[in-house]
Amino acid sequence: MSTVTLQHNRIELALHQLRPATGEGHPLLLLHGLGECTPTSVPHGVESWQGSIWGLDFTGHGESTIPVGGGYSAEVLLGDVDAAINHLGTVTLVGRGLGGYVALLAAGARVDAVHGAVITDGPGLTGGSYESSVPQSARLMDQGQIPDPYALHELSRDVRAADYALDFVQYSVANSELAEPINVSALYRPTWLAEVAAAPGVASLPLGDALNLYR
Amino acid sequence: MGITCSPLRTLRPLRSSLTQVESPRTFPGAVAPQRHYRVDADGVGIAVNEWGDERDPVLVMVHGGADFSRTFDVFAPLFAAAGWRVVAWDHRGHGDSDHTHLYSFEADLRDATRVLDAVAPRRPVAVLGHSKGGSILTSLAEAQPFRFRSFINLDGIPYRRPGPDLPEYQRADALNTEITGWLEHRRRSATGSRKPGTIEELARRRAQMNPRLSTEWLEYLVTVGAREDADGWRWKLDPSMRMGGFGPWKPEYGLFRLAGLGVPFLGVLVGADEPMGWGTKSHQVEKWIPRNGRLEYFDDLGHFIHIEQPKMVADMALEFLGAPA
Repeated sequence: MSTVTLQHNRIELALHQLRPATGEGHPLLLLHGLGECTPTSVPHGVESWQGSIWGLDFTGHGESTIPVGGGYSAEVLLGDVDAAINHLGTVTLVGRGLGGYVALLAAGARVDAVHGAVITDGPGLTGGSYESSVPQSARLMDQGQIPDPYALHELSRDVRAADYALDFVQYSVANSELAEPINVSALYRPTWLAEVAAAPGVASLPLGDALNLYR
Repeated sequence: MGITCSPLRTLRPLRSSLTQVESPRTFPGAVAPQRHYRVDADGVGIAVNEWGDERDPVLVMVHGGADFSRTFDVFAPLFAAAGWRVVAWDHRGHGDSDHTHLYSFEADLRDATRVLDAVAPRRPVAVLGHSKGGSILTSLAEAQPFRFRSFINLDGIPYRRPGPDLPEYQRADALNTEITGWLEHRRRSATGSRKPGTIEELARRRAQMNPRLSTEWLEYLVTVGAREDADGWRWKLDPSMRMGGFGPWKPEYGLFRLAGLGVPFLGVLVGADEPMGWGTKSHQVEKWIPRNGRLEYFDDLGHFIHIEQPKMVADMALEFLGAPA
């Protein structure tokens, strides 16, 4: 596994190449779940991808910078993915949990560079809701650890509003060259994801079948 | 499949200095803080300014977005003279507080609690917030009501997002335009710095956000909110921060919290539209004002009402607050 360091604002991001290309095709970029990091080998389910396979450690995770004093949001992680896209060019995204939500945001924000986004089960998929999101300010005693406790605290409560998520779906579907640029492979579907899965232009195929569409 | 999650890069705050130099400009009624110090907010240095006798009861003032605590240089002394110890701080990335890696509303809330812990631990205090400062306090009042004695909110009650109402098919386009602009900014912001200029040039730039405030005041603000480098003055605001924003947050979230306030509340709204204001009108929010609260509306004043009419607003607030003790 080789690693490239990318700059996102003042954060240094670790972008790992898990495997070089074995054939034709653009890169596959894996986005881990909340509290995880990039695996050290190609995970089950994506081995057949012929382009190169990469994984990005989000801010505060894996080998990427731990920020001082928190301040996380899914939108910050979208900026992380944008830095990776800027390096890799067109990619297909596969996200676990929180990484799946961020993949959806990236599919809407960078339509020309995201050739399909697959949302799979994983930590941080549910996120928070306004009703459960009374602001907290407890002092976190284990600062400086990996993953950053502020990332775990803040991103587990980051609000997932269905109408907001659907704006990204709508923009992606309207502007992508793909008929179904977003695929929900997750078995568990919190409210926001159920609405995304039911939207026009969103497929619900198993991971392997979805990757066949996006090659 | 193996996993390694080893720590590699932990950074310290990017700028940590407390600059308090004598301003080369004066403004009628403006008084520099009597005390200034830093509070550690989980590694982020927060610059705190105080006016008044430190034995007096605490009145917390929270500034708005892109502002800084020295914008209270005229307003705060009016309360200090009435027997209040006014405590105000610069939000992270603003004024003399540290520039850091990430910014969020929740991080601002957490920083606020660190300052409150330092000046009035587990003790209710009077609070006043302007604009975003009012929104911060509204959220904090729900999360930690034990910190509040009474609450004044100056034009910090958002009702809807600024900008035109768009049909659904245009909303996604507008969101994408905003996001791509933000992402492009993020690609450049690691090495960005604010544009230098003379005091007069920085004041003219700020006038675009503060069109109702006098040139004399804006030039004074430059001298307390910007720093003088070899090539000119620069606003201290972290250049990686950007006006506007997007996300799942909705203005009505704050309204729902407002209704549940349990302390005496004074809300102030204004009629003059300004770039930095929410444009909220009384009839839009009055049903959400708590039973022990009241709403005042000034049709001919703007978002920075406490700078336009400091004496009038201070008199109203002091009457609401009652005796400091």
